[in-house]
Amino acid sequence: MRKEEYIISDFCIIRNNRAIVNGELIFSAPRHNTAAFLTALYRHLDVGYAKFFKMDSLCKLGFLASELILRKHDPILPDQADDTGLILANAASSIDSDRNHQRSIADHDAYFPSPSVFVYTLANIVAGEISIRHKLHGENAFFIDRQFDPVRMHAYATQLFDEDIIKRCLMGWVELDGDRYEAVLYFIQKSAGHKDGIAIFEPGKLNDIYLQGSDLWNN
Amino acid sequence: MKEVFIGAANIITSLGFTTAENMERMKAGETGIRHWNDKSLSPVPFWASRIDDSLLQKIFSIYADPRDFTRFEQMVICSVMGALKNSSVPSGDKRTLFILSTTKGNIDLLKNDMVRPGEGNRIYLWKSAEALQNFFSFINRPLIISNACISGLMAIIAGSRYIRTGAFDHVIVTGADIVSEFVLSGFNSFLSLCDGPCRPFDKNRQGLSLGEGAGTIILSSSKPGKEESRQIRAGFGFTSNDANHISGPSRTGEGLYRAIRKTLEHNPVQVDYISAHGTATPYNDEMESIALTRAGLQSIPVNSFKGYWGHTLGAAGVIESIAGVYSLQENILFNTLGCNDPGTENPISVIGNTHKAEVKSCLKIASGFGGCNAALILHK
Amino acid sequence: MEQLIAKLKAEIIEVLNLTEMTPDDIDADKPLFVEGLGLDSIDALELIVLLEKKYGLKIGTAEEGKTVLRSVRSMADFITANNKG
Repeated sequence: MRKEEYIISDFCIIRNNRAIVNGELIFSAPRHNTAAFLTALYRHLDVGYAKFFKMDSLCKLGFLASELILRKHDPILPDQADDTGLILANAASSIDSDRNHQRSIADHDAYFPSPSVFVYTLANIVAGEISIRHKLHGENAFFIDRQFDPVRMHAYATQLFDEDIIKRCLMGWVELDGDRYEAVLYFIQKSAGHKDGIAIFEPGKLNDIYLQGSDLWNN
Repeated sequence: MKEVFIGAANIITSLGFTTAENMERMKAGETGIRHWNDKSLSPVPFWASRIDDSLLQKIFSIYADPRDFTRFEQMVICSVMGALKNSSVPSGDKRTLFILSTTKGNIDLLKNDMVRPGEGNRIYLWKSAEALQNFFSFINRPLIISNACISGLMAIIAGSRYIRTGAFDHVIVTGADIVSEFVLSGFNSFLSLCDGPCRPFDKNRQGLSLGEGAGTIILSSSKPGKEESRQIRAGFGFTSNDANHISGPSRTGEGLYRAIRKTLEHNPVQVDYISAHGTATPYNDEMESIALTRAGLQSIPVNSFKGYWGHTLGAAGVIESIAGVYSLQENILFNTLGCNDPGTENPISVIGNTHKAEVKSCLKIASGFGGCNAALILHK
Repeated sequence: MEQLIAKLKAEIIEVLNLTEMTPDDIDADKPLFVEGLGLDSIDALELIVLLEKKYGLKIGTAEEGKTVLRSVRSMADFITANNKG
């Protein structure tokens, strides 16, 4: 029924202090805490983007995942900015920054809410940071869900593809809650005229990739 | 592609617990924004639009025990029930989807949760949505959209797409947010709160007023049985990111302009009226005037509802769209309450008094932190 | 005054997360915003919080902020003028 076929052309997984792109381990730093790991990954990638240090951990995580995947993939060109979608989801929203903000207002006698913390108390800011970095003007969406749901994400993106609202899409799961974090991002595009992708864009394959990363962690 | 029909709706704000009550009080020029001295929300006095707590408890008690649901959830439940009362949509059907739009949900639980971890696990929006799903016996897991201040409008756009593509027959869209210490303190640190009721698009506007509310709008693939003259449809809508700054609006109104342009390209209607975001901060209102001018809409009557309800965050896109639907049904344009002297560098046609006018279509727009923007056409 | 300026430079780097800069990288007289350090609107608000938190000085409006926050030196002047330095 669908006119076009879509493929998962690239994917990136950041979990357990390991960064993997298309199945290849790019970087690992097993003994760091989360904050130190994210900084170490940033330096390893030699990104050169000073704004990184202003971001909260959730945004750093999403930013790095998008950086990794878009380095593997061809860069998004200016005439692609309007029809590149960015669809993200997580379970904990921006809880890490929420807690930081709450701490700053806990004591009415030392009441100093910080604008640079408050601005990150919205999960969709991750999408904002990625959009700024890669100049993406297309459809943005941020969903909250108990866990990554490849069926729902696939359906939502497919709707946008079918209505010709987007021609390619960066989508996935960017989650950070205390010590637990994981980012799994996919690049989806039309199969016609492109190199072979990792897999056909369908929920089963999205799920395989999502779980594939976690198998590695059991070693 | 199917048409998207707008059916029953409900608004709960400081101005009432039904759409009708809200509209009547707005026609009378009332604002729900008041001065508050409440140390549980702020160490200093503030202006905000708040729902009458005792009235909320009283109404909610008809449905369930208030001890089992948080304030945010009570607002959502009352609003959905308020809409379902006037609808024959089968809420417990597998062809019905519930979309929840909110920026911070039960954020007022965070204070206690940080002292006693686990006590506030309904801070997790999916947990709160689960409680709501169980209450309503929705078959499908709710879709939760949390996308800053465009959440509500995005939820209607997403819901419309699900109907148009035949994924669902009915979508119940609810947007809600509470006034909390968390959010008040945050906007205070941005120096963006007005010392008085906000003044959208006014030359001397000084900032926004926070508000709380819940709004529900029901979308269907079949006509809900209204007379054709009152039947409003949701057209095509789009979102776009400024790709400029995470909190400051784009100086060229980039994202909003692109969203408007795509919306105009896809909807073969003339825009008779614009319901703007109009938060009354110096930068937002200026940015909107730039985007509207770039889109050639500077002569179309435009208003903001923020002077009546304050900025209701996750509820804004929904309750303001409901007001847009009402405007089309009644052929009425509402005054931009709080605006005495329109003053944006790019002049736009701010509606200065509530009056009758034949309007067939409404462009609803919204913008939010993270550089996100949305636009949608509602039409007869 | 010079001691206050050195202290301010270090504080600015810390509160604005200018992780890859050192105090020597900041010229006390160059503009902090637009050109110079190229700070943005959130940085300005954060510096306003710094002045209140560390020096007990309140800036009420963005307008007042623009003058006081023009450069590190204008911040130091403001602090000294209010006998807080």
